[in-house]
Amino acid sequence: MSRIAGSGTEVAIRDFRFRNVPMLSTLAAILLALLPFVFSSPMVPDLGFLVLITWRLLRPEIWPAQVALGFGLFADLVAGHPIGQSMLLWTLVFLAMDFVDSRLGFRDYLMDWLLAAAAILLHGAGTWYIALLMGSDTGFIVMLPQIGVSILAYPLVARIVLGLDRWRLGR
Amino acid sequence: MAPPKNRRPGFSRRAQFGLFIGYVVAIAGMVVAVLLLVVAVVDPRGFQAIKGAALDVTAPVSSGGRSVVGFFSGMVDGVGNYFRAGSQNAELRRELEEARRELVRRQALEYENRRLHALLGLAREAGDEVAVTRIVSSSFDSPRRLATLSAGSTSGIAPGQPVRSADGLIGRVIETGRWASRILLVTDGASSVPVMLPRDGTPAIAVGRGDGTIELRTLEVGQNPFRRGDVLITSGIGGVFPPNIPVARVTRIEGDTAIAQPTADPARSDYAIVERIYQRAASGPLDEASRPIVAPPVAGPPAAAPAPGQPRRQSDPRYQPGLQQQQPGAVASQGPAGPPR
Repeated sequence: MSRIAGSGTEVAIRDFRFRNVPMLSTLAAILLALLPFVFSSPMVPDLGFLVLITWRLLRPEIWPAQVALGFGLFADLVAGHPIGQSMLLWTLVFLAMDFVDSRLGFRDYLMDWLLAAAAILLHGAGTWYIALLMGSDTGFIVMLPQIGVSILAYPLVARIVLGLDRWRLGR
Repeated sequence: MAPPKNRRPGFSRRAQFGLFIGYVVAIAGMVVAVLLLVVAVVDPRGFQAIKGAALDVTAPVSSGGRSVVGFFSGMVDGVGNYFRAGSQNAELRRELEEARRELVRRQALEYENRRLHALLGLAREAGDEVAVTRIVSSSFDSPRRLATLSAGSTSGIAPGQPVRSADGLIGRVIETGRWASRILLVTDGASSVPVMLPRDGTPAIAVGRGDGTIELRTLEVGQNPFRRGDVLITSGIGGVFPPNIPVARVTRIEGDTAIAQPTADPARSDYAIVERIYQRAASGPLDEASRPIVAPPVAGPPAAAPAPGQPRRQSDPRYQPGLQQQQPGAVASQGPAGPPR
């Protein structure tokens, strides 16, 4: 592909890609919850949440905090959570990250990973507590494998999101 | 990349207000989310219409992919079986012989059971299925253990109905769309199934632990009646689950309780059978339960009218004091009741 857009359509395609890749990739990750696998224990990370916080950590400027409400509602409907669960937790995480960003002058990759780990822990504890309120009487220990796997999966997701970001901004 | 020192997006008033309004919207949205969650906790069926519609839209995606997954996992199994053919053959032959002997014994027992039931005049409701369908996906990132079925209210599925496979109990329906429904697996923390130990009839409650196992709680204190390898079956108490469906096999004893593995693995079983609620009164609203029950769950032996002027005595072998009064759910007019419809 040539590095210079040759026509108006090509400009439009690149502009669309530039604007919408973060949103579309997050929606696609949320839709992964529909994969036809049946699991007997919560082991798999919440991929929609992971991709969302990775975009947020990589590009703090593209999204205001309230987009998490929309993404959360979509995730609740797709994954069958009680409506409001992801809306609440994801927006909470976004606001917390805004706060951290306002205090923290500088973040590097390890710091991002640490913040992501904190967000994953908060999210795991939140979903567990909401499940408890809904009558699911399980120990928090059930969530630990999933939280561990999610924290370890962050570098992988960060690689993918970084690749998408380079493709989005590339010419 | 260092983020900007402050989040003020410049000198533009419009941009500054935009940022402020963004935070207001985010916090208001969180308040709404909390309210929605409160509604979900208080009335779990409150958003039935919305969630059912979402289920209808998303289930076909999982349903389409399920056969692909089944094909590949079947292929892996097939290759493995090929390599172990010899030893497996001998093992299966031995199991088959054992199963044949067991079958004969069971047929005799079943005959005896039928005869005894007829003698007592007991009628069992239910036993017929609402729909046979497939499990197409499950929740995988939340602490809840929910699964999706590829049939919904158009097939007659309603919330509360038990779901089983050939191997044992899978769970019960909690939400229905028109063409898809969501079920609560027996391993979910909110699921509790009344079970019993067929060896001696000890009643217990099987509560899910959320990690693929089930905890068995007995009512007895002191001694643990379970042994490793015991299979528990539904007892039919509570009226939702029909009796005699295998639920779990005990794998570990822990103090007063036992940890068990469900006999039906929803990841493996291709078909799920949705059955009617065992006793219809169990699913209705509370005020309906106080009305006289038209269709009896269990009809006692017909209390023969005592001969005029001569009360029945204890010496009469058919004298059962508990049955002299009208039983809750016993039909007066019907004889030894056939399954009421």
